[in-house]
Amino acid sequence: MLLGRVIGRVVPCVVTPGLEGVPMLLLQPLGKDGAPKGKTLVAADPTRMAGEGELVAYEGGREAALLLDPWFVPVDHAVIGIVDALHLPAKERA
Amino acid sequence: MITGRVIGEITATIRHPFFEGKKMLVVARTGADGAETGDYVIAIDAIGVGPGDPVLVLDEGNGARQVVGSSTAPVRSVVVGFLDRVDVV
Repeated sequence: MLLGRVIGRVVPCVVTPGLEGVPMLLLQPLGKDGAPKGKTLVAADPTRMAGEGELVAYEGGREAALLLDPWFVPVDHAVIGIVDALHLPAKERA
Repeated sequence: MITGRVIGEITATIRHPFFEGKKMLVVARTGADGAETGDYVIAIDAIGVGPGDPVLVLDEGNGARQVVGSSTAPVRSVVVGFLDRVDVV
């Protein structure tokens, strides 16, 4: 699981069966300090609630597809949840 | 598995139902010398650790699902150990 920022939406006109209606978001992966790190990626959004500009946690790999229903779908990144708070005590002390 | 140090936690109200009641820890990866490498991972807690603790993280899906006892859990990274020490020989 890693942190990402929703920077856009991807709207496919044809999708593989099982992925109809699943929002696809453009994510900017973030480092642990919240700064952008790495290349943007497209992630499915099983919560259907993540909006642009939001901080989310996402999973990559086979586990991403398990977030979806049906889960036997060709997905390699998916949003796990919308992050309410990122609590980093050591950083706050510094 | 990787070694790391717990540096914080995230909370999410809107999330997959599997994560209900699960602690999601931000773990900074550490190298053989114990220094942070700059990489991190968010892992669920299987043993009860907190910020500052040196930990062992299982970062592989099949093993992670075995640890949480579910074949369809959408999880890959789990904190499975608290490190007493690391000896480099």
